[in-house]
Amino acid sequence: MNILEAERLSIAFGGVHAIDGVSLSITAGQVFSIIGPNGSGKTTLLNMISGIYLPNDGRIHVAGRDVTGLPPHRLARQGLSRTFQNLQIFTHMSVANNVMVGRHRHEQTGILADLLHWPSVTRQNAQTRTAALAALSRVGLGNAPDRPAGSLAYGALKRLEIARALASEPKLLLLDEPAAGCNPVETQEVDQVIRSLVKDGITVVLVEHDMRLVMNISDHVHVLARGRTLAEGTPQEVRANPQVIEAYLGAHGSREGANARA
Amino acid sequence: MRAAIGSHLLQPMMITVLVVVLPLSFTSAYYYRVAALVFIFALAVVGLNLLMGFAGQVSLGHAGFVGIGAYAVAVGPAHFGAPSWLCLLGGAVVSGSVAFAVGRPILRLKGHYLAVATLGFGLLVAIVLNNEADWTGGPDGMGVPSLSLFGWRAHGTQAWYWIAALTFVGGFLLARNLMDSPTGRALQAIHDSEIAARVLGVDVARKKLAVFIISAVYASVAGSYLALFNGLVTPDEAGFLRSIELVAMVVLGGMGSILGSLVGAAVLVVLPQALTFFQDYEQALLGLIVMIFMIFLRQGIVPSLAVAFAGWRK
Repeated sequence: MNILEAERLSIAFGGVHAIDGVSLSITAGQVFSIIGPNGSGKTTLLNMISGIYLPNDGRIHVAGRDVTGLPPHRLARQGLSRTFQNLQIFTHMSVANNVMVGRHRHEQTGILADLLHWPSVTRQNAQTRTAALAALSRVGLGNAPDRPAGSLAYGALKRLEIARALASEPKLLLLDEPAAGCNPVETQEVDQVIRSLVKDGITVVLVEHDMRLVMNISDHVHVLARGRTLAEGTPQEVRANPQVIEAYLGAHGSREGANARA
Repeated sequence: MRAAIGSHLLQPMMITVLVVVLPLSFTSAYYYRVAALVFIFALAVVGLNLLMGFAGQVSLGHAGFVGIGAYAVAVGPAHFGAPSWLCLLGGAVVSGSVAFAVGRPILRLKGHYLAVATLGFGLLVAIVLNNEADWTGGPDGMGVPSLSLFGWRAHGTQAWYWIAALTFVGGFLLARNLMDSPTGRALQAIHDSEIAARVLGVDVARKKLAVFIISAVYASVAGSYLALFNGLVTPDEAGFLRSIELVAMVVLGGMGSILGSLVGAAVLVVLPQALTFFQDYEQALLGLIVMIFMIFLRQGIVPSLAVAFAGWRK
């Protein structure tokens, strides 16, 4: 069974069709990449899948269950997590506490127990912290967990978001440009983290501009242009598709490209 | 940064020692009175700080809940002959229920819009207290019988010092517990990024409502104490200026610093008393001093000093 099935998703903002009839079928255990030129609707598509935008049309199924219209926090409980293109770090909190929030869906909470700090709350806090530290070491941030998150470098913050999403133990993880703004070394680290996630059976949906990363790591590539599906297939198929080349380089550029190869 | 001062037990111990030792320096009932007022206000400020400093949701109408608590212990005994302690609890229940009813629609609003909506709520309570003169005595207010519990009557400034201080310590501990729990972490997450909190499974609307109710109960209990301590209530308890005063105490002491709540309340209660010496210029000087505090300790007194202290220790 496919872990994510999206049928003919559409959304319009003020009459502009940001996404127009896009369907996705994502097999469990894959790295599924969504690429496309700027403004082609990649992040909008992720926002619909993660429940932040309500699609005007179409349906979304996660692991066979219809989840269309569920709010993000309910989707999180279905095992869906994500990171953000523009970082959404809890800057006032420590590195470890950021990731501990990722454990929220696994924690028992009760206002009275939390106010009175029952022994169960103390016990659970310790468990949550242990799990958070484990998630941090997976992305190479195991040292200095009690630093304020705001003091980390950009590349580290990118990985902190991944650790936070990981702590929620997702079945399906949406990564929105995890390598954007990263230097080659940091991009390599992101590459390794994604590979280790797949090994653990997490399905990764990757939106990314770094073509080398995408082509290296993906099982399946879905190309968007102006809110519609332009092409999809294996990295090799997509790379060879003339329409994709044209969308990225323009008609003129694609002629140049063809000449260069000849 | 929030936990910059010392380990987990240091702050509660410091405050408990302060509560016990402070009276040794008191030379008259006047000192007990001012100190009791500090602790009563600090209780309301801790509650408001949970909402503003931790969860990042502003309220310019919190005096409304102070007013509900204050009038509960005035109206209850006068019109229903109910014992004061029961009225105090009843006031807290009413405040919590009102916070639930009001919070559901207005906590969807953000920033300035939320500020104006809560402002409206505060004004509404003050107007009701002013106009329902048959029940509340109108603008003149009404007298409040003193608190008695199991035959013991809470009377005099010294008794109220201990009641207020011990309740504050309790409120302080509860607030700290809350922040070191899944609920507290979720609230702090909401402050920085609602969208990230939602994606991680936090039911944002529910958590905001919970902290709004908790902060309303803190304000309500403080209001009841204020009325019982003063022996009378007026609609000013619920007035706009009182709301602003509470917000100023939160910001001055330090947003997201529970210890800061005590410091903020202490500064804004004690300073006007200390400045009476300057007579006509009292208010102007108070304003000036608050401005200077905010310019030089811009994160609030406690967080700014904690950062400075940490830097100095290195």
